[in-house]
Amino acid sequence: MQKNQPGAQKSRFRIPDRMWLLISFLAAMVLWYILSVLPATSRCFPNVVETMKQLPVMIQRGVLWKDISSSMISVLSGFGLGFVIALPVAILMAWYKPVRNIIEPWIEFIRNIPPLAYVPLVVIAAGVGRKPQIIVITLATFLTMCITIYQGVINIDETLIKAARVLGASDKDIFIRVIAPASLPFILTAIRLGASVALTTLIAAESTGAMAGLGMRIRSLNNAFETKPMLLYIIIIGVIGIVIEKLIKLLERRLTSWQEKREI
Amino acid sequence: MAGEARNLKVRIDHVSKVYETRNGPTEALRDVSLDICENEFICVVGPSGCGKSTLLNIIAGLQMPTSGKAYCNDHEITGTGTERGVVFQQYALFPWLTVKKNVMFALNMRGVKGAAAETEALEYLKKVDLEKFANHYPKELSGGMKQRVAIARAYAANPEVLLMDEPFGALDAQTRTQLQSELLETWEKDMKTCFFITHDVDEAILLAQKVIIMSARPGRIKEIVDIDIPYPRNQETKLLPRFMELRNHIWEQVYKEYLEVRK
Ligand SMILES: Nc1ncnc2c1ncn2[C@@H]1O[C@H](COP(=O)(O)OP(=O)(O)O)[C@@H](O)[C@H]1O
Ligand SMILES: [Mg+2]
Repeated sequence: MQKNQPGAQKSRFRIPDRMWLLISFLAAMVLWYILSVLPATSRCFPNVVETMKQLPVMIQRGVLWKDISSSMISVLSGFGLGFVIALPVAILMAWYKPVRNIIEPWIEFIRNIPPLAYVPLVVIAAGVGRKPQIIVITLATFLTMCITIYQGVINIDETLIKAARVLGASDKDIFIRVIAPASLPFILTAIRLGASVALTTLIAAESTGAMAGLGMRIRSLNNAFETKPMLLYIIIIGVIGIVIEKLIKLLERRLTSWQEKREI
Repeated sequence: MAGEARNLKVRIDHVSKVYETRNGPTEALRDVSLDICENEFICVVGPSGCGKSTLLNIIAGLQMPTSGKAYCNDHEITGTGTERGVVFQQYALFPWLTVKKNVMFALNMRGVKGAAAETEALEYLKKVDLEKFANHYPKELSGGMKQRVAIARAYAANPEVLLMDEPFGALDAQTRTQLQSELLETWEKDMKTCFFITHDVDEAILLAQKVIIMSARPGRIKEIVDIDIPYPRNQETKLLPRFMELRNHIWEQVYKEYLEVRK
């Protein structure tokens, strides 16, 4: 059976990863084009060129940079606060059983509620403007990062702690020289998940009467039936997400290259 | 032992250990008493689950006995102490530290810092023939090399008693043989007190002056066999008729306990 099948040929010429990226991009473009001409979907998928033409338009309207910077301020401050709270809480939860028993069920409980659901409560409590946005993102990122870090810390290989102890390490030594480095991979994973949650919470966060922002703009463009710039904004959020994720992955690779590779 | 006036290093005095678990109590050790003298090499054999690791952990100070007491240098053991070093089956190297820094960890803990620690770490690595790998991470080493680093690290802490819990149990036969020979050589030179757990009867006889046979759970000392084969020993020691004799005897005793476990 020496048939010249396309599959057999492919395996002989290995396609480099960069090429795959290009293929995937082209495939998406083709799909987008098809969606933009099909009657059923053409209204929500204006074609590529039309969408991209909105980029200068939105810049000219003076909103694009304002929206991006406003959203980034909310995302970064919410995420930063969420992280600063999550790290010690997660460690306390891992260290002290009572803390864990009291806090963990609530984290699990709130984590499964869509942020959009509790936004009105936040607005009632904190008014409108920047504050509620940051609160919503802080809460959502805190929950995710706290659970991730906590899970990591309690799963640290106990023999490493024993090994340090028999070598004469004090509690402080163990914390600084064993727990901290052993937790680093989980902390970085938490940062990556937290960043992703911060972005996905953006729409909810900016539904608190925000004056600018990517999420707020998408809602207002939607209300004005301006589908083209809306699609552009959606894509921008996606691009920002990927850029952030890649940056964190880069950091992970630099800081935790000592890790045994787990093939998943 | 008999006739020889040797310093008592570790004394285990009527030690019992019961673990409280969700499914009720597990009696791991029952009334174990044992004296370990200075410079002595002791091997412990017995079926899996008979409390060997528990006994080692009690000597290490990582666990407390439920009743009875353990002493080291006549002081009651209430926690870990640098005079007792441990080598674990799973190496327990810090994966974020290079080989050299793993050994330096032990030196730092006993107050040797900076360049002095680095120089000394390299000396310990030289002893296990790994100075070339000083700047590698543990993940880049084979199992045998990892265990050599762990042994070097344990030595760097300069303990008086070396506790080893099936240190070669995860290694392939050839590497295991090699590490046995290296350990023998080291011990014949520095005569550090060794408490070595294994499930390999040949390994126990090859290394030890005394083999402790433990009974199935609850762990008790069933028999202490003196290994009257003179040192220096090497892999050829295994061919001696006396080795065969001891091996048959110990095997029989251990096998009975295996059967006990299966019941
Ligand atoms: N931390 C623990 N909690 C509960 N039971 C344990 C614990 N450690 C060991 N055991 C139980 O005690 C018994 C002896 O264990 P161990 O000392 O590890 O035996 P060995 O090393 O000889 O295989 C086993 O039945 C084991 O299940
Ligand atoms: Mg064991």
